[in-house]
Amino acid sequence: MQQAWKDFNTGVWDKSVDVRDFIQRNYVPYVGDDSFLVGPTERTTRLWQRVLDLYEEERQKGSVIDADTDVATHITAHAPGYIIKEDEQIVGLQTDYPLKRAMFPYGGLRTAKSAIEEYGYKMDPTLEAFFKTHRKTHNDGVFDVYTPEMRAARSAHIITGLPDAYSRGRIIGDYRRVALYGIDYLIKDKEDQFNITMGDMMPDVIRDREEIRDQIRSLKELKEMAASYGFDISKPATDVKEAIQWLYFGYLGAIKEQNGAAMSIGRNSTFLDIYAERDLKSGKYTEEQIQEMVDHFIMKLRMVRFARIHEYNNLFTGDPVWTTESIGGMGTDGRTLVSKTAFRVLHTLQNLGPAPEPNLTVLWSPSLPEGFKKFCAKLSIATSSIQYENDEIMRPNSGDDYAIACCVSPMRIGKEMQFFGARCNLAKALLYAINGGVDEKLKKQVGPKFRPITSEYLDFDEVMERFEDMTEWLAGVYVNALNIIHYMHDKYAYEKLEMALHDRKVTRWFATGIAGLSVVADSLSAIKYAKVKPIRDENGIAIDFEIEGEFPKYGNDDDRVDDLAATVVSGFMNKIRKHPTYRQSVPTMSLLTITSNVVYGNATGATPDGRKAGIPFAPGANPMHGRDEHGAISSLASVAKMPWRDCCDGISNTFSIIPDSLGKSGESMVTLGDLDLDLGNIEHALADGCENLACREPNVTFPEEKE
Amino acid sequence: MVGRIHSIETMGTVDGPGMRFVLFLQGCPLRCAYCHNPDTWDPSTYAQEMTVADVWTQFERNRDFYITGGITVTGGEALLQLPFIIELFTFFHGKGIHTCLDTSGICYTQEQAREYKLLLDVTDLVILDVKEIDSSIHETLTGKPNDAVLEFAKFIDEQGTDFWVRHVVVPTITDNRDRWYRLGFFLGAFKHLKAVDCLPYHVMGVNKYESLGISYRLDGIPPLSKADAQRALRVVLSGIRDYRRGLWCPLKTPES
Repeated sequence: MQQAWKDFNTGVWDKSVDVRDFIQRNYVPYVGDDSFLVGPTERTTRLWQRVLDLYEEERQKGSVIDADTDVATHITAHAPGYIIKEDEQIVGLQTDYPLKRAMFPYGGLRTAKSAIEEYGYKMDPTLEAFFKTHRKTHNDGVFDVYTPEMRAARSAHIITGLPDAYSRGRIIGDYRRVALYGIDYLIKDKEDQFNITMGDMMPDVIRDREEIRDQIRSLKELKEMAASYGFDISKPATDVKEAIQWLYFGYLGAIKEQNGAAMSIGRNSTFLDIYAERDLKSGKYTEEQIQEMVDHFIMKLRMVRFARIHEYNNLFTGDPVWTTESIGGMGTDGRTLVSKTAFRVLHTLQNLGPAPEPNLTVLWSPSLPEGFKKFCAKLSIATSSIQYENDEIMRPNSGDDYAIACCVSPMRIGKEMQFFGARCNLAKALLYAINGGVDEKLKKQVGPKFRPITSEYLDFDEVMERFEDMTEWLAGVYVNALNIIHYMHDKYAYEKLEMALHDRKVTRWFATGIAGLSVVADSLSAIKYAKVKPIRDENGIAIDFEIEGEFPKYGNDDDRVDDLAATVVSGFMNKIRKHPTYRQSVPTMSLLTITSNVVYGNATGATPDGRKAGIPFAPGANPMHGRDEHGAISSLASVAKMPWRDCCDGISNTFSIIPDSLGKSGESMVTLGDLDLDLGNIEHALADGCENLACREPNVTFPEEKE
Repeated sequence: MVGRIHSIETMGTVDGPGMRFVLFLQGCPLRCAYCHNPDTWDPSTYAQEMTVADVWTQFERNRDFYITGGITVTGGEALLQLPFIIELFTFFHGKGIHTCLDTSGICYTQEQAREYKLLLDVTDLVILDVKEIDSSIHETLTGKPNDAVLEFAKFIDEQGTDFWVRHVVVPTITDNRDRWYRLGFFLGAFKHLKAVDCLPYHVMGVNKYESLGISYRLDGIPPLSKADAQRALRVVLSGIRDYRRGLWCPLKTPES
């Protein structure tokens, strides 16, 4: 057995690539509290101050500190970069200077060019000419074959955010493999896979063989990149510091190569904890040193930058990377997957302060250890920086070694990948159903020329029938546009390194999504339970709606409308299922638009629920703003009725609450049966040792007050 | 029997322990200057009528959320609909659900002691809002003296029902150390008092006055800081402590 694996329990993982098996046989669940955690070291504070200064410089320069103009990035494109070299315990930057943005032309040359030109940089003409003449991009490929119908649907924003001019992202390499096995082992494994990828040389087999060769090449490049920082990652990591470093190099290779719509990092804390425990036990490292490594690792993840066009940033409201790190959850054997390093990773929110990235995501279960729940609640209240996902819903389908890609999509790490598919605007589809396929904003025929509805009041059955027809058309256009996109992305912007850190045979999810769910549900409810009168313009297009009477609104735990919403979800998913998908991928759907609901709303006319033209949609599966009248639980109960089987790529509900309204101790979400109000500084107000005077019998003698 | 319900909050987190289903009942005999629910005052205003069975149907569909909490009845003044809450709590308590009554206690009379006993028998917790210890200031603040409130506090304790006391600290009206101390001294006698909470005055809900066309009596008074409310709490606690130590000095207030 390798020296690097000394003291580890063996099993399946030491005979073939199986990280989950390694974790299950070696990790130590942690059920205690946060008292073992330590604060930042001097080095950490110094480094973080430097990063804050860099952020400020970046802000002053108009949000880009510097950008490449003549290098098409790849794993080995840049010389090593540092923040403060002698302080950094974990090293590696995307480019040769902190926060400097690399150029990613393979997804689309125009997008890459605009992304730097909008910030005042000029693409090197030689590089541009080279790409134009010699190197077709993903974007070129897609637009070569798009149908006119697809182009129209796209520009009318009934299908939006398609990854046809930039990289699709949403793929999570199993970066832990780099640490556990070292690159040489992984290359050998890929060579073995290559040798069994045989048979008649038809396109599928040829593509598989070519992809594996590309994967092997990228692994070699990764080794070279690490070497430029002075590390030899050909062999497994021998301690926790190397494990973090090796793993980070894997991720760094991916973000040097791909500018994906989401570049999530996986589920790493408990894997790393096995190394941390071994080193703590042997005395190789102290808690302070391990926390310092974790802090420096997370600091790096906060510094990931991509050059992106303004429009993209508007769509996502900001400059997100979605470096999602999934934390905690329960194992299928009933043990919790919370480890001390899960605490350490979350603790960076205290040591470095709150931050939106990496997107720290707790896989929540009622069975999580109380100490961990309390710690999460405390940090959420203090920092608002933790995302929660329901492990109970995902574990039955996805096992206990899945991670979240982007913000909601569960993926078995190294075994499943996703073809990201943006989303359809179903609120607009409803308007198309009413207006016979004419876009209410562009006043142009975009959908099929079905008969418009011309009655004075909208009839529910008639609207539903037209909506079914219109969404049938929409699903076809949508799936086929995505088939083109993913074909071309595989061909021109293949994620070599990320896929090198996957098994040979992966499950591919064909992700789709819908926007405007609550608008559609409330509109259908208004049509069914109240009277809705369209206001039509001179061309007969409904541009506004008058509603007479009350109608149930989604978000109030009212089955009459919640069932309509669920029907829309299942109905659209089934229409998607009717179509063949690229590479035998399995169709899924998400109810997810965490921030882009504003942009989608802007592109959509007035709707029969009373929403005026241009008003934002509710995010994800949320009820429309202000329409949920009975508090959060009935609002959440409506969301919880959405059929998971038909949207198992994820359902998001954006929910903000001020800490004070969470209960008296600020911990009411996790405290069981606690009958005591927070008595504030009662310990100070009362004599020593008397914790809660209000619970005491009278006539007890207290010592003198000390204040 | 039906209750007249102003509204339902399905995620109440400050109206008793845990997460709670909160029923706001329509109608209140008090006119507290700082009330943030003036729309619940008038008992004749439109309100949803619900039977106990209706309330149960609403509660039951999401009861998983209330495992660590329960049901809270507030208002308005819940005790205006005494027969309804007796029936409601008898039912919920029988189902093993934690029941909490949030009240000013202003409706209590000794003549009705029998009914109140029935209610407290099925009430797990009372949150008693003692708005002011001094009766004449109580009257200025709320429109009624506080005798019934203090009597009700004694009654709750005699019946052996756990209770919390809440006190809102309003600048210029209830921000008085002497009276905080007296409040504590009064509370010190109760065996079943489980907690005391001093809340800072806030101005949320003031816009409701405008839409109802009622003038807002505290116009211009700024909200209180949390720290100031904590200071009041410390004084109240010192009053409780002094009573329990047997110190009889209601007029002498300690420094803190």
